[in-house]
Amino acid sequence: MADGQNCIDIVELITEYIEGTMPAEDRERFEAHLRGCRGCIIYLAQMRETIALTGRLTEESIAPEARAALLMAFRDWKRAG
Amino acid sequence: MSDERDGGASGDDLRVVAALRDGDEAAFTALVDMHGASMLRVAATWVRDRAVAEEVVQEAWVGLLGSLARFEGRASLKTWLFRILLNCARARARKERRSIAFSSLDGADEHGPTVDPARFRPAGEPSAFHWSSAPALWPQTPEERALAKETRACIRQAVAELPAAQRQVITLRDIVGMRADEVCNALEITDTNQRVLLHRARAKVRRALEVYFGGSG
Repeated sequence: MADGQNCIDIVELITEYIEGTMPAEDRERFEAHLRGCRGCIIYLAQMRETIALTGRLTEESIAPEARAALLMAFRDWKRAG
Repeated sequence: MSDERDGGASGDDLRVVAALRDGDEAAFTALVDMHGASMLRVAATWVRDRAVAEEVVQEAWVGLLGSLARFEGRASLKTWLFRILLNCARARARKERRSIAFSSLDGADEHGPTVDPARFRPAGEPSAFHWSSAPALWPQTPEERALAKETRACIRQAVAELPAAQRQVITLRDIVGMRADEVCNALEITDTNQRVLLHRARAKVRRALEVYFGGSG
């Protein structure tokens, strides 16, 4: 990256940073920026929290009717087996 | 999806597969409870209609049962299951001629900043392109935010409003928990494309949370 030192650029690199796909040199510069920038520290923390919160959608369960229909399918499969 | 890096089936996976082969209903419903909601969410990113998405999920389960005899445990059971699901979803989307063309659908949204440029100091000013003011801290503790039902509704809504390709990627990565390389293979996109779509999707969900938590724009 030509200039990763401005916050406006840093916010676009956050996913690459979190994914761990950033080259070592860029990563060092990225972290050096973070050490001196409260805004970017907060932004990064909020992106991480967004990922964690999005992951919690898995805790939802399927509708009882759908569950019952799948159990029927399982019984059919068992009988056919 | 590369089975080598998946780590393969766990002992638990093998026990579940054995139980399913024996016709164990409790094992089956436990698996349905664990993955059913995520599967429906994934299916819904391929086909618009909710009822059709439910059919796709059902097809995937039937597909899993039919292929149990061939399950060798080289991939985890979850990877195997979602691989079948994605095949079913793709086939159905194709049949319905609503297959989501990545580049075309997302073309309008691939470029441009993910954070409003107005939040940074303009060119020519001291500290140009740095935050005008840092993003507001979110209220309450992380635990309280995570437990609030409204937080979940806000995220669900934000994900639903994403362009199709972004919705597919964030669903597979952050909700289902698939790895980047698995998602690239499943969606037939490059690493870079996957990361760009994921970045844009996450930034929009973060922004929705910020608005919801009362952060300023």
